[in-house]
Amino acid sequence: MTTTNAIDWPKVSGIIDKYQTDPEALLMIMQDISNIYNYVPQEVIPLLCEKLGVRNSLVYSVATFYKTISLEPRGKFIVSVCTGTACHVRGAERIAEALQEKLNIHEGQTSADGLFTLEAVRCVGCCASGPVITVNKDTHGGVDRSAVLKIMDEYKQKAS
Amino acid sequence: MVTFANQEALQVYRATLSARHNKGGKRLISLCSGSGCGAYGTANVHRALTGELRKFGLQEKTEVRLTGCHGFCEKGPIMVIHPEGIFYSQVKEAHVAEIVEQTLVKGELVQKLIFKDPTSKQKIVKEDEIPFYKRQQRIIFANNGLIDPTSLDHYLAVGGYQALEKALFEMEPAGIIDEIKKSGLRGRGGGGFPTGIKWATCAQHDADRYVICNADEGDPGAYMDRSLLEGNPHSVIEGMIIAAQAIGSKEGYVYVRHEYPLAVANLTIALDKCRKCGLLGENILGSGLAFDIKISRGGGAFVCGESTALMASLEGKPGRPRAKYVHTVEKGFRNNPSNLNNVETYANVPMIITKGADWYSSIGTEHSKGTKIFSLVGKVVNTGLVEVPMGTTLRQIVFDIGGGIPRKKKFKAVQTGGPSGGCIPERFLDLPVDFDELAKVGSMMGSGGMIVMDQDTCMVDLARYFVEFLKEESCGQCIPCREGIKQMADILGHICQGEGKENDLALLQELADMVKNASLCGLGTSAPNPVLTTLHYFREEYEAHIREKKCPAGVCKPLFHYEIDAENCNGCHLCFLKCPQEAVAGKKKESHAVDQDKCIKCGICYEACKFDAVVIR
Repeated sequence: MTTTNAIDWPKVSGIIDKYQTDPEALLMIMQDISNIYNYVPQEVIPLLCEKLGVRNSLVYSVATFYKTISLEPRGKFIVSVCTGTACHVRGAERIAEALQEKLNIHEGQTSADGLFTLEAVRCVGCCASGPVITVNKDTHGGVDRSAVLKIMDEYKQKAS
Repeated sequence: MVTFANQEALQVYRATLSARHNKGGKRLISLCSGSGCGAYGTANVHRALTGELRKFGLQEKTEVRLTGCHGFCEKGPIMVIHPEGIFYSQVKEAHVAEIVEQTLVKGELVQKLIFKDPTSKQKIVKEDEIPFYKRQQRIIFANNGLIDPTSLDHYLAVGGYQALEKALFEMEPAGIIDEIKKSGLRGRGGGGFPTGIKWATCAQHDADRYVICNADEGDPGAYMDRSLLEGNPHSVIEGMIIAAQAIGSKEGYVYVRHEYPLAVANLTIALDKCRKCGLLGENILGSGLAFDIKISRGGGAFVCGESTALMASLEGKPGRPRAKYVHTVEKGFRNNPSNLNNVETYANVPMIITKGADWYSSIGTEHSKGTKIFSLVGKVVNTGLVEVPMGTTLRQIVFDIGGGIPRKKKFKAVQTGGPSGGCIPERFLDLPVDFDELAKVGSMMGSGGMIVMDQDTCMVDLARYFVEFLKEESCGQCIPCREGIKQMADILGHICQGEGKENDLALLQELADMVKNASLCGLGTSAPNPVLTTLHYFREEYEAHIREKKCPAGVCKPLFHYEIDAENCNGCHLCFLKCPQEAVAGKKKESHAVDQDKCIKCGICYEACKFDAVVIR
């Protein structure tokens, strides 16, 4: 878990400045912060309000409206199961089940070791390669039950 | 980087590009680096290829070009060797040495990489002779597989920004709008509204006008906009600048999904290059037009594809739609006149300006002109992006181009229009696909997703799937959508669990009609379509779930079980080996059986059996 001390304030400030402290860029600023911590630490919200000149309530409503933003800490690897229609008809639900069993968590939860967060994404646009999962920025296409189990082991190994 | 102070400077530069291109005599290898092929490992192939070329001293004589999406995503990574046009599919790192030695050095083909047509079982060497491509008419996608999307030079060399020149120096703004009107171009994002009329209305309203591109491609199963932005971003930018000239706008926005990182990256590069060379900014090509484009990244909300929600999101707010008594062409983004078109719509514009409205309107049907890109996915042999003239029949798309249904299964339906569309049954396979014909059978064009389903797709589960999706994505402002969709989802969930009641179907129908009529925005008004079309065309499947407590397709787990048909089972033992639960019993060469207590209905045995012996009961 990230504490206030662990936040790189100059970096966060730099992100806000990169968008010329434009309040219309609020969502993109939060996405960029999310790229560093895998979530938006609530400690940065007062800074966002101050620099962008927006209310607390707007920051929370934007953060909770859009799926790409999380205010809760997430795992090192964000595993997203594509649940787009093409993946659905090719068995995405079975992939999700296999991952839930393997990681012992439900959708939206983070594994006890803090490594994996399991999410569902509505479509990553790799429909011809379905079923697809993404792990952070990597895309794995044409997976089945045994393939995703193997992929999880590989990431686990990478982390150790 | 050169700067084009005026039209002549651009023309001179383009001429030197084509001269250089003709003189070189270099061999060109185009390697698809779209997201689909990328997922199968293009980067590794590229690395190996660069190394191998150096080993043979061919690096000077060969250009390796990382191009945009070729469309045949399932066969990725795709490599095309020019000038012969040799098409190698599913190229892996390990094949590269062989390709260089056999094909580039000796001029021989690598047999195992040649495409084998799954229908005729014949090997086909050249890209343009493969049935998947041969039966398409690729005009928007024409350059996708030829140019490096990060290179402005490549786009210029194939005649890029010629349409912009024509629009800026040979036409009046009103003339541009007339040309678009005459072409019959209709919005490719789903609504099918005539683009020319939209532009004309926007231009009438005095205030700072905005040109906005909707790249929030939200329909699950559709990815042509992603592919265009990744593969040929300049065609979209050119269309937007022409729109700016026609409407009179200084500022443009592309609202693109955060989930499309490569599209964002390639678009950013393209915009930077345009700014540096004077194709964007103050006084474009010395014409006096000042226009620039910014990127705004969406945050994973389906409703943001709706125009008013998208504009709210552009303003940095939650993407909630508003009632459209006043249209966005009058009061949209920042309460100013805003012209919103889809990615594919803008990509059509340069062609119409260059080749003329008459040429464009000669393609397609009476009321739907031009071509349309479909993403042909799901249970179909050749999956990928397909561009065909409007009016092509479903049968031609699914069977001639798509090669039909894999593993000899039976076609059941094709779903078009995403979550707002409908399921079209087999008897309409000869329907010519255009905006109006799809609407007649209860579906819609949408952004062009075409998901093919076979006998193993349960239509009740599919309706449940879409309604669940829309339940999650409803913004929650208006009650009919928020509560109505939730109730529909609950009922469909019960039916799939085997707890359906006899009057559920009447209730579903009633709810669907209410949500359709009373919701605020397009998400709600079209949300019941998947339910309505499946209820209409596949009622017997609903009835089987409710009355017989059976799921004929074998999807809804409480409503079926697997058995092994003793007559068809030859005891090959494959299911026994593959079952993760040790639920299959039987000795080799003897008929097997499933232990229902251990079976978790994962379907692995059903998929594995080559003799149709595992059956759904």
